[in-house]
Amino acid sequence: MIALLLRDLKLAFRAGGGFGLGLAFFLIVTVLVPFSVGPQSSLLSTIAPGVLWLGALLACLLSLDRLLALDWEDGSLDLLATAPLPLESVVTIKALAHWLTTGLPLVLAAPFLGILLNLPVPGFFWLVISLLVGTPAMSVIGTFGAALTVGLKRGGLLLSLLVLPLYVPTLIFGAEVARRGATGMETQTPLLMLAGITAATIALLPFASAAVLRINLR
Amino acid sequence: MTLTVTDLAIARGGVPVLEGLSFALHPGKALILRGPNGIGKTTLLRTLAGLQPPLAGQIDGAEDQIAYASHSDGLKPTLTVMENLTFWASVFGTKGIQHALDAFALNAFSDRYAGNLSAGQKRRLGLSRMLVTGRPIWVLDEPTVSLDRDAVQMFAEAVRNHLGQGGSALIATHIDLGLDGDVLDVTPNKAKPQPIDDLDGGFL
Repeated sequence: MIALLLRDLKLAFRAGGGFGLGLAFFLIVTVLVPFSVGPQSSLLSTIAPGVLWLGALLACLLSLDRLLALDWEDGSLDLLATAPLPLESVVTIKALAHWLTTGLPLVLAAPFLGILLNLPVPGFFWLVISLLVGTPAMSVIGTFGAALTVGLKRGGLLLSLLVLPLYVPTLIFGAEVARRGATGMETQTPLLMLAGITAATIALLPFASAAVLRINLR
Repeated sequence: MTLTVTDLAIARGGVPVLEGLSFALHPGKALILRGPNGIGKTTLLRTLAGLQPPLAGQIDGAEDQIAYASHSDGLKPTLTVMENLTFWASVFGTKGIQHALDAFALNAFSDRYAGNLSAGQKRRLGLSRMLVTGRPIWVLDEPTVSLDRDAVQMFAEAVRNHLGQGGSALIATHIDLGLDGDVLDVTPNKAKPQPIDDLDGGFL
């Protein structure tokens, strides 16, 4: 299992691995927002938590179609399915590798992009916390979507359509934590809901992903 | 470990391709699978490897015993030859890849990226993966595609060594490998077309 994680991380950093793609997308989206809504700092600081959350979500989505498709194309998914590793742990490791190469950099970059959007000072802490708790769910749900669409030509588009509605609960509660944190309100309830969603997806979805992957490999 | 197949029926894309297939593969033996294109050789091998369920029949002794090599090699172009092999060795929980590099003469480019290898060299790397799996039953699908004459000999030698150590191999191939194995021709097992009794039966 460690070997698979290390391989996926290594592949992400090698040529064409796509590391930094999501991060660059996140950066560009947040830089473009002040251009499109205008430079009023009060308006920007109101919408900053929501914009940052939406940007992180879309950046996360960007790299999902490569998650399993590359392994399917070169045949290594077939070989992994016949290896001693259970498919459940293969998809869990894949989701973890995706989070480490996409989700975690977004979490770390978010405070710096918050400055660009004039995010109120108390909001920084809660933005990082909410993204830290919410992004693992996005990787796990995304892996499920990737397993559903593996083997389809142009599956990436279908993948977005399937995955985005599933991201809604995470987005609602995650953005709510960041928004309440930024305005100095109490954040416990949405944060608990967000953590609950993440915990439930991590606990349940790998089984669903492995099941659809088995059917797709037939 | 003997692989026993009894009265197996398999389907590709929902259409039955082979039926009533029975054979046994004993340790130290090779079985050469033959049959025309489209008869279902790949489907049979995938079924044995556990990638798809059979329509009917029994497969005994396959669980966690089979190392499967498909048409594609499962190589990562941005990993080196060494990294590719080491990865598969650690997935299968075995140590040491040197014997695999030696068997397929891969030492000279063990530090080269797999993406820069020629088609035949990639195939050799794909086949050398079988040696690091440590599994007793090899199931190989057209292993000699894009191999030159010397590489075919390397491969035959590797299979002979494997059989000598008590392993077994099921190989779908159209060329003569010079192995003293039985030939399993699946042509007589071609599935008869199903009579269509009711028009919407297939949908329900």
